[in-house]
Amino acid sequence: MKKVLGYLDRWSVEPGDGVKVMVSTYGVGHYDAALVRVICGDDSPAGPGFKEEVAAAFAGRFAGRMQPINAGSYGVVPHAPAFDGPGGLTLQATIYPTTPGKGVQGIITKWREADHSGFALYIDASGCLALRLGNGAGNRIDVSSGQPLPARAWCLSGASFDPRTRTVWLYQAVQASWAPPAALVERRVELSAIGRNDVPLLIAAFVSNENGMVACSHYNGKIESPRLRRRPLGGEEMAASFNDAVPPQLDADVVGAWDLAREPSSDRIVDASANRLHGQLVNLPSRGVKGFAWRGQEFCWTKAPREYGAIHFHDDDLYDAGWKPDFSFVVPAALKSGVYAVRLRAEDDEFHMPLFVRPRRGTARERLAFLASTATYLAYANYQWPLQEPLAEIKNQAVLVLEKGDVFLQEHPEFGLSTYDKHSDGSGSRYATRLRPVLNMDLKGPAWSFNADTHILDWLEATRQPFDVITDEDLHAEGVSLLANYGAVLTGTHPEYWSTAMLEGVRTYLDRGGRLAYLGGNGFYWRCAFHPCWPGAIEVRRAECGARYWIEEPGEYYLQFTGEYGGLWRRLGTPPQMVVGVGTVATGFDASSYYRRQPGSFDPRAAFIFKGVGASEPIGNFGSLGGGAAGLETDGADALLGTPPHALVLATSEEHSPGMMLVPEETGFHHVVMDGAQNPAVRADMVFFETPNGGAVFSTGSIAWAGSLAHSRYDSNVSRITTNVIRRFLDPTPFKLPR
Amino acid sequence: MYKLDPAKRHLIDEFRARPRGPHGPELTLLVNRLRMGPVKDRYVLVCTKPHREWVLAQLPGERGGMMKMHWQNCFADLDAAERFVFALRWKQLTGEPLP
Repeated sequence: MKKVLGYLDRWSVEPGDGVKVMVSTYGVGHYDAALVRVICGDDSPAGPGFKEEVAAAFAGRFAGRMQPINAGSYGVVPHAPAFDGPGGLTLQATIYPTTPGKGVQGIITKWREADHSGFALYIDASGCLALRLGNGAGNRIDVSSGQPLPARAWCLSGASFDPRTRTVWLYQAVQASWAPPAALVERRVELSAIGRNDVPLLIAAFVSNENGMVACSHYNGKIESPRLRRRPLGGEEMAASFNDAVPPQLDADVVGAWDLAREPSSDRIVDASANRLHGQLVNLPSRGVKGFAWRGQEFCWTKAPREYGAIHFHDDDLYDAGWKPDFSFVVPAALKSGVYAVRLRAEDDEFHMPLFVRPRRGTARERLAFLASTATYLAYANYQWPLQEPLAEIKNQAVLVLEKGDVFLQEHPEFGLSTYDKHSDGSGSRYATRLRPVLNMDLKGPAWSFNADTHILDWLEATRQPFDVITDEDLHAEGVSLLANYGAVLTGTHPEYWSTAMLEGVRTYLDRGGRLAYLGGNGFYWRCAFHPCWPGAIEVRRAECGARYWIEEPGEYYLQFTGEYGGLWRRLGTPPQMVVGVGTVATGFDASSYYRRQPGSFDPRAAFIFKGVGASEPIGNFGSLGGGAAGLETDGADALLGTPPHALVLATSEEHSPGMMLVPEETGFHHVVMDGAQNPAVRADMVFFETPNGGAVFSTGSIAWAGSLAHSRYDSNVSRITTNVIRRFLDPTPFKLPR
Repeated sequence: MYKLDPAKRHLIDEFRARPRGPHGPELTLLVNRLRMGPVKDRYVLVCTKPHREWVLAQLPGERGGMMKMHWQNCFADLDAAERFVFALRWKQLTGEPLP
């Protein structure tokens, strides 16, 4: 059972920066916190062993408290006098509900439960469109269409109230050829006036009456053109008004007409009416999504914004947990660059919150940089795909083993999703954030992503190789200027996600003579995006192809954050082979294998790499990740995809298992020769090539590589090759491009 | 779909000898057949002592649901746990105990 969790307000810091620490405890009165330097997070018997040391910044005991998380996205428009107009009202929206049978869900609400004041257009407990009205004195009226809404069909929805005649109208018109005729309900009610309140107007939720909660009864699905009028529209007038040609700013009856097609790359919702009752989105719902007007002719929201006027809300969206800081500290000026963590302990439970301490901006302390794959760590944050996927066990080729954190996530969906998971309505989760506890960034868990990267940190420590730590988010923000400070850069085991700025930064670094050692696999694979409105969040659209754990919605391949086309870099003009010589070919988790030297390794240009390595010895036929250095996810060279013609294939893995499979983009059709036992394309290629102006690239093409570094007390051919590469890469003598 | 056949005792023996694979071609079909099925009530292992102890559990199949823990089925090694789940699923699918 988890007893303590937390998060930091940032992952990358430099000396002198302040860090806020947010903590929640569960069933314990206090916790202990300390800053530790992370050396190795792998505590498995097969690994190098868990290693951390307390850094001097702070340590202490703190009182615990439980802090809630309010997941679920919605729009909020602050209360304004314009909402207090006299008379009746009309509420309208075009909706595309995805879970109409999931209980009460707000569409447009300004409802205060405490005194039953206000109004709400919503989906009721029986899945029907409904209107709620209250007089503010305890009298509440609910009128239902009586016709359950179908899931995943557009519906013109509206409701109005005329206090003079005490009449309510409800209009529900599903826009599908198979749908029943529009429902139009007219009913007399015992209510003469709507009670005013000062709660905000919400789109896609209700204001909550629970302590500390902001919103509840979240809506799943798309909403377009939410609108509030002061005048009640009845019957035919309601139906006709969905095609209203009068611009909302010229319609005196309109209180608010939120045009969700405007500023789609922001967290603002713009009121097109003269009242300018603009609002804000909470918890990162999806924008850049198809609206009711989409006809399948245009696929990019930037080119046809009117066809992309909807927002897709989810009851499990989350951007910022919003916990109150428990304490803060300043990164000491003398703290050397490295990977640290704030360690929390409560009774028998422990939780680490990693912190990447970089040198001061514009400076470098060492000649070598370790580029922490924080974009990838983010994409995987709170990964829980196996908890929902029937094929997860078959993919893993073993009964699923859940850690304490996995069990916690299963039982606490409010902690949000990774970009590998599906929302509760079955749509893909495009966003992930670090502004919440990220349970799989804890140390001592499975050696994957961040924890696997500590194998490299451990090896650097053991071989006494000084290094600085920099992060993907730094690279995104500063581009090549971040890398230019270094003679050589090391990646982690799995640098999978790259923003355009990150990729341009590393390519320019190489073109200017930089040296890059790619010590992983499945790297440089997906395009991702960051956005200044949502620091700490990442967006991914899983378009077209690739190893996808959910499939992107057709027509929604363009990223909301940037307007760029999403998907694999392989399909975006920059395959990984163009950058690092190799790109993803296979994945499999049952067993890893070893490399065999290829003719390229005997080229004099590669002699420095194999110094001390025998001509025929297998490379990496050992290791803590599947028993070999080549495995988990592997890459191959491919001239058709951009491997430079002068690149040397130094070694290639062989004897892979039946559980190691070609990735989908490597084959155009299904066949029965897809696995490592049958198909020689299932492999890892180790590659070296020179770049202009004296630079070079070395790639292992395997996630498992780093799991072999510690073998035999860090004295193996895997360790030797890595050492040879780094030593030469730090030697300023230029590499020469072969002619 | 692959049919489970108690007469193919050699496959069961092969699994018992090497429960976490790699498996031969026909045993792979058999194991995959046992592993097909919904998420709800799927048998999983919950690690209760890091790298030393695992307890059999079942997934609730919906987010927010509680894990069903089978505390009496506690394992000190993953091979034993794989064999146990294999036998459970065999019984579920065939109605007969694992030969």
